Amino acid sequence: MILPFLAVIAGFYIYPIANVLWLSVVEPEPGLGNYAALFDTESLRRIILTTIRICVVTTFFSVLFGYTIAYAMVHMDQRKQNLMLALVLVSFWISILVRTFSWLMLLGHNGLLNNGLQAIGVINEPIAFVRNELGVLIGMIHYMIPYAVLPLLVNMRNLDMRVMRASQNLGATGTQTFLRVYLPMTIPGIVASTILVFILSLGFYVTPAILGGGKVLMIAEYISVQILITLKWGTAAMLATLMLFGVLGMLYVMSRFMKLSAVFGGGR
Amino acid sequence: MTLPDTGDLSIKNVTKTFGSTTAVDHVNLEVQRGEFLTLLGPSGSGKTTLLMMIAGFEDASSGDIALDGASILNVPAEKRNFGMVFQGYALFPHMTVRRNISYPLDVRKRPKSEIESRVEEMLALVQLEGFGDRLPKQLSGGQQQRVALARALCFAPPVLLLDEPLGALDKKLRIEVQAQLKAIHDRVGTTFLYVTHDQEEALSMSDRIVIMRDGKIEQVGTPNELYEKPRTVFAADFLGKSNFLERSEATYALRPEKIDVAPSGDLQCAVSVTGKIQTISYFGAVQKLMVMLDDGKCLEVDVDIWRNRNAFSVGQVVDLGWTDDAVTKLEG
Repeated sequence: MILPFLAVIAGFYIYPIANVLWLSVVEPEPGLGNYAALFDTESLRRIILTTIRICVVTTFFSVLFGYTIAYAMVHMDQRKQNLMLALVLVSFWISILVRTFSWLMLLGHNGLLNNGLQAIGVINEPIAFVRNELGVLIGMIHYMIPYAVLPLLVNMRNLDMRVMRASQNLGATGTQTFLRVYLPMTIPGIVASTILVFILSLGFYVTPAILGGGKVLMIAEYISVQILITLKWGTAAMLATLMLFGVLGMLYVMSRFMKLSAVFGGGR
Repeated sequence: MTLPDTGDLSIKNVTKTFGSTTAVDHVNLEVQRGEFLTLLGPSGSGKTTLLMMIAGFEDASSGDIALDGASILNVPAEKRNFGMVFQGYALFPHMTVRRNISYPLDVRKRPKSEIESRVEEMLALVQLEGFGDRLPKQLSGGQQQRVALARALCFAPPVLLLDEPLGALDKKLRIEVQAQLKAIHDRVGTTFLYVTHDQEEALSMSDRIVIMRDGKIEQVGTPNELYEKPRTVFAADFLGKSNFLERSEATYALRPEKIDVAPSGDLQCAVSVTGKIQTISYFGAVQKLMVMLDDGKCLEVDVDIWRNRNAFSVGQVVDLGWTDDAVTKLEG
């Protein structure tokens, strides 16, 4: 009975991945030439470094803000909590294109923020919020926060609050309880959020392309350029392979420190 | 055991309301230093709410709570210095047993050497030497319970609050732990305020028991006083088993084991009635007979099985008797 499904998975998932792996070593000529380019092509190295830098910063701030939001949510009464959850989920339903262009309109040279600040005389020249790395970061962090909130929320909701009471009863101040008990008990949530946001950020395409204004090139956009414009499929496949193994490598390293099933909410 | 120099807790006219419901209703109670006092009552009787107010997790709606004569109502929970053993223990899952126990000293920033020796002392007190480096989840329920106790006693609190600490243990283990708990109380001399709905726990450990009902105190007394002289139907029924007799417009309690029973015509007693055995339930050491009297009322009678081997069977007509001091007149 499950054979047909296995065939579907093989046909639609495993075959394309294998094909990408294959392309990365045979295009344009057989060998590891595409991978060697990583070491002697300056622009490729720069793109990879930019991608990693942006992803690290995005992940840090998304998880930080996500933690704050999730923490606030679990400490609200049920009605407000549902309202906030709805607000977080609404942003899931709005297309990333819409959200990205909204940022452009808010932060652009003639955007609401620059015009407003100029009108009240705080600044004379518009501030360059977009078409640079700052713009990419603002757009990406904004997009990623809901993804950071959800795993943390699940983690925090499942905490036994009696443990915090015990800490208080034993003489710990609020800060001590947070740092010594609450924070360590939410590490699984922090790890899950971090992995999720980082992996999603790696493949980001629309936001860097629009808010970066072509000046901030990340791997995903570069891959698309290789495929659609310069037709260097081998390089594109090599970068895709690199990302795949980068993600798998990260998961492996994480799994050395904690059970992934626990991080992703599975059984113990 | 010398009497500690602190630990007198007085609860003065304390009331707690949640919206329109009154969880604790004008409770007055003096807990003496070094005493093992149990708040006993069914769920919803207000015993846990009272404990939470003493711990500082709930505010009293009115009334006052004082330790050694000084009001503690305005002292936040973390400054009250009351140890507490929570239902389900609430151990810190990411800390070893040693770090759990040292926690109250760690947050008070005591010197390292003091902490170390104190933790070893505590591990010895609860007989967990050698378990210091384990995580809570690597311990059995009984061991976790002892870690929670050691953690709560580590900073020598004047009062230890225990919220149904044995609820999660199986019956056999519970009886064992009751004895340990009582022994530890006798050694450390701290005031223990123990909340439970289990009458056997209350009877076996307490110096005094407070029976609570609907937010009010029903009766206070030593286990023996409460068992032998219950004042109300509720007290007689909740603590132990009891038959209730209506005699000349008053109600009397009569414990099942205080009734003598013999085959018809054999019994010499002050008061005696005749009845027919309806059912016999076997409990090993005793058997419980349900005897229907001639007036249609049923009495429960406990019979020592060994001393009455094969004496009774269902359907048999028996004489029941008791002495005057076996019955207790109840109020209301």
